Amino acid sequence: MSRGFLPLLAATLLLGVGAVAWGTEGFRVVTSEGARRLAVERTPAPAPDVALVDQDGNSFSFSGYRGRTVLVDFVYTRCPTLCGVLGDDFHGLLAAMGEKESARRIDLLSISFDPDNDDREALKHYGDRYGATAPRWRIAAPVGSGALAALLKAFGVVVIPDGMGGFVHNSAVYVVDARGRLALVLDPDTPPQLAAAALRMAAP
Amino acid sequence: MKRRALIAFGVWVALWLARVLLERDMTLHMIVQLPLLAGIGLVFATILRSWEPRWLIEADWLGIPGLVLAAFASSLWMLPIMLDDAVANPVIDFMKFLSLPLLVGAPLGLSWRRMPPLGRAFVWANFIPKIGAIGGLYLAAPERLCAYYRLDQQAIAGWTLIIVAIVLGLLGFIAAFIGWPDQSREEFAAVERQNEPGGAPYCAAAALRR
Repeated sequence: MSRGFLPLLAATLLLGVGAVAWGTEGFRVVTSEGARRLAVERTPAPAPDVALVDQDGNSFSFSGYRGRTVLVDFVYTRCPTLCGVLGDDFHGLLAAMGEKESARRIDLLSISFDPDNDDREALKHYGDRYGATAPRWRIAAPVGSGALAALLKAFGVVVIPDGMGGFVHNSAVYVVDARGRLALVLDPDTPPQLAAAALRMAAP
Repeated sequence: MKRRALIAFGVWVALWLARVLLERDMTLHMIVQLPLLAGIGLVFATILRSWEPRWLIEADWLGIPGLVLAAFASSLWMLPIMLDDAVANPVIDFMKFLSLPLLVGAPLGLSWRRMPPLGRAFVWANFIPKIGAIGGLYLAAPERLCAYYRLDQQAIAGWTLIIVAIVLGLLGFIAAFIGWPDQSREEFAAVERQNEPGGAPYCAAAALRR
């Protein structure tokens, strides 16, 4: 072994482990979706109070939900695959929550990230497909060009073209708490699990 | 002066275009851009070699610190989160452009000569199956690992990694067991000489010593 070897080895090891720890938020995440969820849980941030319009043509925004827990998903109504699953999940979620005390403080909101194609009729059609009725379950589109970008950024939704005229997007259920903050990101798992997590959030 | 600025601008545009084109696709990003950047470092190492300070040559005993540095720095850019960050954030991408040549290619190029032959074989023998394993993971993952890449791109990247591993593995096998064509001819000639009356006895140990 030569002089200077151990210090140099120690320095490279430290640098290497440090860099990987930095990149993985302390060895906790390896995907950007994981990092996003961790950041949301650590520091809940207010949901942007942009204008939205629902399937009945009514305007609303997140500030109108104060005191209530909102479960949000992002969809586009032409979506052939994932959004249908998300729709089914929300439908099942309503059934799983039933009429519990906390369940009455929970609303559902599906936001379209394709407002160019998703007019009121399309939103209505999507809602009818899954038995969604406002205001319990709104199918909504953002109004104005800045609104969509602000929502996607705040919720950490990445939408990319699927190469076939549609979109690919991360599928998650976002929980906005009673104070209007994005506080939790859940996997669109089985509805009973989602319901349990939502009820815990809405519990007083 | 004006012309130089124009050339610099042209180079910048070309580099930016290469960045956009290579990062649009997961396979191009992982299997073309990342190795190319590390390759720049390898070329850089041949220039750096004559400038290497004495203390570094001594401290980089058997090339181990250099190998450790390259292993960590390259692993970092294999993480899906870093790939996503590089696409989303130009600052992170710039760090990738700097760290792959300087912290992966260059140390590997400088340290490689200091490594014992068996050590080099160890590096190859670990590196190749790991490429295949990552490819397998990409194929097996039911979800997208990168927010910026589609599932079909992920599958193509997975298959490409597996094919690269198989090709490198075959080349490595040939190199280790048979040797490259001219080398094998030499050995063949040695065996032939052994069979001649009065020829020098040929044995594997002699071949190994070469």
